[in-house]
Amino acid sequence: MIGSKLKETFDGVVSLLIGLKITFKNFLKPNLTVHYPRKTVKPEELTGYRGHIELVPKPENPFVPRCIGCGLCRDICPSGCIEVRSKRIAEEKEIHTPHFGLQDTPLDLTRKVAPPQKTKIEIVSFELNYNYCSLCGLCVQNCPAGSLRFSKDIYLASFSSRDFEFDLLKRLEKQAQARLKEEEEWTK
Amino acid sequence: MFDLELGLDLSGDFYTRHFQPTPSEDTLILNMGPQHPSTHGVLRVILEIDGEYILRAEPVLGYIHRMQEKMGEVKRYEQYLPNMGRVDYLHALAWNWAYVGAVERLMGLEVPKRAEYIRVITCELNRINSHLLWWGAYLLDLGAFTPIMYAFQDREIVMDILQRVSGSRLTYCYYRFGGVSQDIDDIFIEKTKEFCAYLKPRLKMYKDLVTDNIILRKRVEDIGIIEEETLRKYGATGPVLRGSGIKYDVRRKEPYSVYSELDFEIPTASSKDALGRYLVRMQEIEESLKIIEQALEKIPPGPHISPQAPRRPKPPRGEVYFAVEGARGEIGVNLVSDGSAYPYRVKLRSPSFSNLSMFPEIAKGTLLADAVSILGSLDLVIPEIDR
Repeated sequence: MIGSKLKETFDGVVSLLIGLKITFKNFLKPNLTVHYPRKTVKPEELTGYRGHIELVPKPENPFVPRCIGCGLCRDICPSGCIEVRSKRIAEEKEIHTPHFGLQDTPLDLTRKVAPPQKTKIEIVSFELNYNYCSLCGLCVQNCPAGSLRFSKDIYLASFSSRDFEFDLLKRLEKQAQARLKEEEEWTK
Repeated sequence: MFDLELGLDLSGDFYTRHFQPTPSEDTLILNMGPQHPSTHGVLRVILEIDGEYILRAEPVLGYIHRMQEKMGEVKRYEQYLPNMGRVDYLHALAWNWAYVGAVERLMGLEVPKRAEYIRVITCELNRINSHLLWWGAYLLDLGAFTPIMYAFQDREIVMDILQRVSGSRLTYCYYRFGGVSQDIDDIFIEKTKEFCAYLKPRLKMYKDLVTDNIILRKRVEDIGIIEEETLRKYGATGPVLRGSGIKYDVRRKEPYSVYSELDFEIPTASSKDALGRYLVRMQEIEESLKIIEQALEKIPPGPHISPQAPRRPKPPRGEVYFAVEGARGEIGVNLVSDGSAYPYRVKLRSPSFSNLSMFPEIAKGTLLADAVSILGSLDLVIPEIDR
């Protein structure tokens, strides 16, 4: 009886000492946590991280997105948080005076005979409601024009849900302006 | 309260009425949860206790029912993918796999070898992560605070590795029909190898610090003994089943993917108590490390997603069941297709539900403090139970 009690006490003291040893070892190791508001995670540690989506600009014009307005991202989004509006606008073309022999033909007929006007797509608005986004990445993978990518915006916090409704066209414009400014400073 | 006009008994909810107090004056009805630190989420257990002993126990479910199964019927096949990361947030990749595998089986879609190996590596990393969190949280329930900090230190490394390829840290949506969404790179392989080398001495440290500790032994030894008959009756799977000495693992019994090419053991414990389940999980971490190391050596070059993978799958009419081994047990997806772009029915079989169903039977006659230990040893994830 006393023997088993003594053994138990001895075992308890041993496991306590082992625990203290491990705690003391860890006590001497450097701090692992990042003190968030004062320090942030290094950018290379964010490789592959999915932030909210953003538009990719055309290589020749940083103000215009690659988007072709097909709406595939909007259709595939499980939460329905993407809203794309686009319109087709006719390109301006030169006005030729009609041929001498055709001057008397009615106006409608000449229009029908004329070749179809070239149109181009302009993205009117591209809105993202980040509140419902689950970051599955289906829109980015399914974009046929490669116009979407994940941003590295990770420190998002706000009191209002309105702050997470992003206008991605405006965001692109801001990014483009920042890029231009940077280039200007570089050339100076 | 009794509504005379409608003839309805309106006092309390269904469970409270079902759980009528017995005429004895010695017993006390006690609610454990829905907000209780040891239930890890919103699980409510109604207990009838006599002093410190439990006479009856009944879990109440449905506090975070999110209609995951119904959502499967109203979303297209590919749109249901992000839901899978949220059914069980701890072993999200296993659920990803179960659903993706079911659709692939229904369509007869071949998955490239490389994608299969990537799936094995990431799924096992996720399993380690899940077991580590369980380990920390279980010890927190038992009154030890420090282990969860060590567990989170290790989890952080795995999360960084998985974030590199899947883009998320917890609710992954990484697998796609016919492969995975992104290929792994050299840095991923290097980091994973580093992690495997790092975790082995850590596991030894955990053994010294916790497993051999006399206080833990007193709280888990001979507590919550589950007999084979009870396990069979309720369909328990996973470490709970293996902790009672039954060698059942979907990865071996019904091999899927490339698990048949890999060499690993199925750890079991014969003690049938909470300690058995604890030891099984700790050994499973070691086995997972073994699997990862083998897979990293065997991984062949090739595409990470099948070229025939459809963007918008439309499987033919039929019904299919696909099961994978999750951290908590057998995860199954039963999929019925009527040939359209929307599933007709998605039935999710969650292991935690079956494991929790045993609780009233095991908890009978135990101390209240031991019930906490038993509940923790079952490794419950409440969102998975309610779905």
